[in-house]
Amino acid sequence: MALSTLRIVWLYPDLLSTYGDRGNLLVLAHRARARGIDVEPMQVRSDQHIPHTADMYLIGGGEDGPQAVAADRLLQDGALSRAAEAGKPILAICAGYQLLGASFYANGRAYEGLNILDLRSDRGPSRAVGEIAGESHPQLGIGPITGFENHGGRTHLGEAVQPLARVTAGVGNDGTTEGAWAGHVIGTYMHGPGLARNPKLADLLLAWAIGVDPAQLPPLDDGWPERLRHERFTALQTAAQ
Amino acid sequence: MSANLTPRAKFATTLLRTAAALSRATGRGDGSVIGGRVGLIVEPRLLELLAEGRHVVLISGTNGKTTTTRFTTAALEAIGRVATNSFGANMPTGHTTALAKAPKAEYAALECDEHYLGQLLDAARPKVVALLNLSRDQLDRAMEVTALAAKWRQTLQASAGQTTIVANADDPLIVWAASVCERVVWVAAGQSWTADSAICPNCGAHLDRFGEFWRCTNCGLNRPSPQWSVAHQGEAVVGPDGRRYDLRLQLPGRVNRANAATALAIASLFGVDPAQAAPRLTEVASVAGRYAKVERDGRHLRLLLAKNPAGWLESFDMIDPVPPVVLSLNAREVDGFDTSWIYDVDFTSLAGRKVVVTGDRRTDLAVRLEVDGVDFLVVDDIRAAIAAVPPGPVEVVANYTAFQDIRAEFNRVN
Repeated sequence: MALSTLRIVWLYPDLLSTYGDRGNLLVLAHRARARGIDVEPMQVRSDQHIPHTADMYLIGGGEDGPQAVAADRLLQDGALSRAAEAGKPILAICAGYQLLGASFYANGRAYEGLNILDLRSDRGPSRAVGEIAGESHPQLGIGPITGFENHGGRTHLGEAVQPLARVTAGVGNDGTTEGAWAGHVIGTYMHGPGLARNPKLADLLLAWAIGVDPAQLPPLDDGWPERLRHERFTALQTAAQ
Repeated sequence: MSANLTPRAKFATTLLRTAAALSRATGRGDGSVIGGRVGLIVEPRLLELLAEGRHVVLISGTNGKTTTTRFTTAALEAIGRVATNSFGANMPTGHTTALAKAPKAEYAALECDEHYLGQLLDAARPKVVALLNLSRDQLDRAMEVTALAAKWRQTLQASAGQTTIVANADDPLIVWAASVCERVVWVAAGQSWTADSAICPNCGAHLDRFGEFWRCTNCGLNRPSPQWSVAHQGEAVVGPDGRRYDLRLQLPGRVNRANAATALAIASLFGVDPAQAAPRLTEVASVAGRYAKVERDGRHLRLLLAKNPAGWLESFDMIDPVPPVVLSLNAREVDGFDTSWIYDVDFTSLAGRKVVVTGDRRTDLAVRLEVDGVDFLVVDDIRAAIAAVPPGPVEVVANYTAFQDIRAEFNRVN
């Protein structure tokens, strides 16, 4: 492995950190360290410059007001867009996911997004709250996904992105697809947090950051996360019957 | 008080008591909710009529409502009879029942759900409203906290009138909501969870914090000077005139000393001498099972209720550092179905001690603890948890329905 220390930036926890978003950072750090990779987690507030030198960027969810402020500051800073162009992995959740698109809806109007992902978001007919599950895009090799969603927006994917998953329960983007990815950028409505409930997704991001194939990462004992996944999928099946 | 009631309201009150008694007798609960519901159907203005002529305090906030209400009741009992919703039924049905059950009480100390504050302000015309804190809670169904603070601010502006507000100077959301009122008594009640108030609720700029002080450099919102505070390493409360009142609480933790300070501030507005009230707080040993000590097979359990990240962090601050800890997590409707908030709680302080996890969502806790490098044992229920720890003291931390399950195991201990 090429890296001695993996630098993971968690963007704007002061604005976007609503549904256990810190958990994604903790899970990545835990899984990297378990493979002997040192991790330097870096929390970057919205009044600070975003470092260009990090290996991965995370951005979380939040309400309308902070989302609009965050998008404005990210556009002014410019570093996240350059990181995406440089192929750095980015994981964006919920409000953070929406603002990576061309436009999103908040405070009763449309806002310009970062245009890192080819998608746009608007307001849905109702709030999507509850367990979400889906079959992830086969190319990602991460299997079924599970999370908890809570959002009022709906997201429409353009041609330059792929959906993260086909929805089997819950709403996601629009009731049929959930999340989006292009290159090393992944956006999703799943919190829970998503990486705690989808360890293969966490490993995919780590592998991208390190520049290896996910299969080359030493396996971890995922007994508890697998049991949690099983419980969540079973709960959805039981509820559907 | 009930002498002034209309025949219809009297009839409604009688029905309410009957329904509540039936509910208790059939083991369905304490009857507060069903009783109130029946009474309010017969006389929709029943709460208003029952509150008329009494001196009322409403106590609201995310955490500490029940305990502060209990402390306040104990303090006010120094000067008279107090109606109170001691069962934690904190919506209008529960308030109606509490008042109906205590027709002769001149005072009422009512714990109020955050979302019903406006309705209660209008119906109960309180003399005092105490606002403790606001932080994230039940994320999948409750309002976002800043929106809730905005709603309070609007409500207080419209309806507070002659009401005096007792408010936490350390919580920016509370200060912003309360600062529209003319009469505010500020208490330095502390804030252990700052993640929901990094941003100024008034203008959206960053809040600067230095020690206990905070201020917005953009709009000027800042920490008001508190008239009441906890001092002398938590052994005393200091009042507006600088007088010191000794605290000897049975309830643990910094947060309960702050709750006690708030209760003394409230009581003094009702004319109770804090020196007379403070010793009465010592008698509070548990609150609807919270902090209760129970024994089984030589294990001495202390039961702590914590419903949200702020509550769990407060609990970890309260527990003794050595004994085993049992954590129990459910995600039923009243708990909120979303468990992601456990990632907002730092569990690393539990590393190195025996930790047993249980509850409907024990697997979520197991995954969480693994991430924080805390060793744990997963068991099916509280009985198995007791069997898994050696005789001696045990700290139990549980969220709402998990806590009620454990209480049920101990004969609904109060």
